[in-house]
Amino acid sequence: MNESLFINIVIGISIASVPLIFAAIGELLVERSGVLNLGVEGMMIVGALLGFVVMSHTQNSYLAVLAAMVGGMAIASIFAFLTQFLLTNQVATGLALTLFGLGFAAFAGRGYTEETIQLITAVPIPYLSDIPYLGPLLFSFNPLVYLAFFMVYLVWWFLFKTKQGLILRAIGDNHDAAHAIGHNVVRYRVMAILFGGAMAGIGGAFLSLVQVPIWGEGMTAGRGWIALGLVVFASWQPFRIIFGAILFGGITILQIHAQGLNINVSAQYLSMLPYLATIVILVSLRMRLKNKTNRTVPNCLGRIFHSTT
Amino acid sequence: MKYQLEISNILEVSNITKSYGDLKANDNVSLSIKDSSIHALLGENGAGKSTLVKIIYGSLTPDSGEMKWANNKYSPKSPFQARENGIAMVFQHFSLFESLTVEDNIILGLDGVGLNENFSEQIIKYSKQYGLDINPQQVVGDLSVGARQRVEIIRCLMQNPKLLIMDEPTSVLTPQEVADLFITLKKLAADGCAILYISHKLEEVREICSEATILRGGKLVQSCIPQEHSQKELAEMMIGKKLTELARTNINVGETIFSIDNLSRKSDDIYGVNLKNIALKMSKGSIVGIAGVAGNGQDELMELLIGEIPSPKAILNFNGQDIGLLNSHERRQLSMFFVPEERLGHGAVPDMSLDENMLLSRPDSTEMTSHDVIDWEKVAVHSKTVIDTFDVQTPSSRMLAKSLSGGNLQKFMVGRELIQNPELLIVAQPTWGVDAGSANNIHQALIELADKGSAILIISQDLDEILSLCEQIHVLSEGQLSDAVDMKSEGLEKISQLMVGGKV
Repeated sequence: MNESLFINIVIGISIASVPLIFAAIGELLVERSGVLNLGVEGMMIVGALLGFVVMSHTQNSYLAVLAAMVGGMAIASIFAFLTQFLLTNQVATGLALTLFGLGFAAFAGRGYTEETIQLITAVPIPYLSDIPYLGPLLFSFNPLVYLAFFMVYLVWWFLFKTKQGLILRAIGDNHDAAHAIGHNVVRYRVMAILFGGAMAGIGGAFLSLVQVPIWGEGMTAGRGWIALGLVVFASWQPFRIIFGAILFGGITILQIHAQGLNINVSAQYLSMLPYLATIVILVSLRMRLKNKTNRTVPNCLGRIFHSTT
Repeated sequence: MKYQLEISNILEVSNITKSYGDLKANDNVSLSIKDSSIHALLGENGAGKSTLVKIIYGSLTPDSGEMKWANNKYSPKSPFQARENGIAMVFQHFSLFESLTVEDNIILGLDGVGLNENFSEQIIKYSKQYGLDINPQQVVGDLSVGARQRVEIIRCLMQNPKLLIMDEPTSVLTPQEVADLFITLKKLAADGCAILYISHKLEEVREICSEATILRGGKLVQSCIPQEHSQKELAEMMIGKKLTELARTNINVGETIFSIDNLSRKSDDIYGVNLKNIALKMSKGSIVGIAGVAGNGQDELMELLIGEIPSPKAILNFNGQDIGLLNSHERRQLSMFFVPEERLGHGAVPDMSLDENMLLSRPDSTEMTSHDVIDWEKVAVHSKTVIDTFDVQTPSSRMLAKSLSGGNLQKFMVGRELIQNPELLIVAQPTWGVDAGSANNIHQALIELADKGSAILIISQDLDEILSLCEQIHVLSEGQLSDAVDMKSEGLEKISQLMVGGKV
């Protein structure tokens, strides 16, 4: 294997993993607060559409990314309102959100299927990107790629290094106790849900603004679901999201390159791999936890909080 | 003019009323707590103690009435405001987070404390000062109930409160732990912190409280000095009627009905307790007690006795039959009945009604069915019998089990088993969270059952309960069961010694 192919593969994997990292790190924070939002796919696709539309009209990549975030948050706010104020079932509401998002984006994006836009391009960091090997591998990416990794760090820092993060984890562990000592459960959860929406929105926009310059119905292609799986895969630990996303992204990219390298594996087998891996990991995680006090899953995940006072 | 020296009140509550629909949880309640005093709040389940305390702590807003804190008007909108004023609270159902460390838990309850690197040193300092032994780095989920309470107390003390509210603090502690807690509380009061002490245990109240306020049915009965009244008088003020004297009328101990022969089991749970060589013999008509601090193998033993986990052959023998491999339904069919400690989840299905829970535990449901179809009216008749006999406070037997207060559900569950007239009843913590009047009822019913010739095994942390009911007392400590303690020659001292891990 020559070195440029190797570099291409590494870059390809990174690019493929970024949407997953964004969506998963947002959902991780949401689940840490004790809320299960199955609407990630719906929030992503709306982000992808809005990013694309704003880019096509303004050619301003900042505005496009911002619009994607706002789009994701807008969809998330529906979920927040229904589950936190009207106390609807989170699983059903999340599923509805995904279906709604996919349908809404397909409908609203009808006029844009023929268009192409200018992709947001990589910005090699001056000097650093000239370092042999390391330069192209580490310092020649699109700014959003760095942002994705930074968000993982930021969520970790928030959860484990700030008082608010501790409160958020406590709410996910035992919302009644958190309420009893005076923390505002609903406020924290709404904020977390909105953050999850913003992240899913950027994750979706990365597809339509960085990976391909077109908009297509259903272009998220199940990545929202993989992101949900990743949160479990990562056992709710932020940095493990990166590892998982690279694994999943990697399989996708290897699939493409395997054909180029004449490795004779059926493409269908390869495209099954990420999903098989999810199942294997979920099972092994469960086996490992079998006889232990639950430490990883937020205890209140998916449970409705209803204040009696 | 002469100044009269007057002890001032830190908190004055006047004419508080709080209603939920038609129910007046607090009806014109007043109470004054003096500076640096230990003040008892007494009352049965549903007397309105929790409501009053929540109002003081800012979790509830009263419909009418007012409060004064250090002579200033006080109407807290949230627990934050209560804490700002110097009011701290130890909850009955601890407000702790199991997946977090002790240190994190304490930080969560302290306003204005960030995630400070050397905070654990401060925790250790307080824990030493008040003799409350805890390790800040342990995860709360791994701690015993007693240790969890210590965490709660330290969390409160670190706010340097002027008033500490304690809801049923001793219900889970060993006699030694209770003694230690009282030393802590007296020290606190001497340091200028008033304590509002909610308890069912009247002897304790008479020991450490200088004043008591008694509530009944949401109304103030009276405030008094507890030492001026006997325990029985206080209990009767709480329940508003006379207590029955507990006494066995017919101790007619017969042949062996149940035996455990050398039972050992390694726990599946890494935090569980391994049971070692447990042996026990019970005779018909006897009440046998197993005392011990929670977490010494009670849960593990109960699982085996109930049949949630099968036992090997030739260990559990009931009426000459090896029952080790029978499940709990089959054991019930033989007339062994159980009241597990955990009410929601083991003893009752939380999301099912009392009627449904009634039916589920019946070994033989023919009397509640017609043509093999459930006859809900018949079920309701049975539920009603239990509800009436054991004074379960509930609007109807269709209420979900989880909607009842702990004490009420406990009454229902004990009653449900008792009306079956079991030959052997195994009951864990029969009066956990139940008030004095109802506890008296339950105890009386247990005694009547034994008088009729049934055997009863009581596993309880409440030593007073065991002492007043049981003729044969064992102690479970670190998974080992002691021989029966001879109460005449060895007595209480021996039990306490065994409970804290003395040699069996």
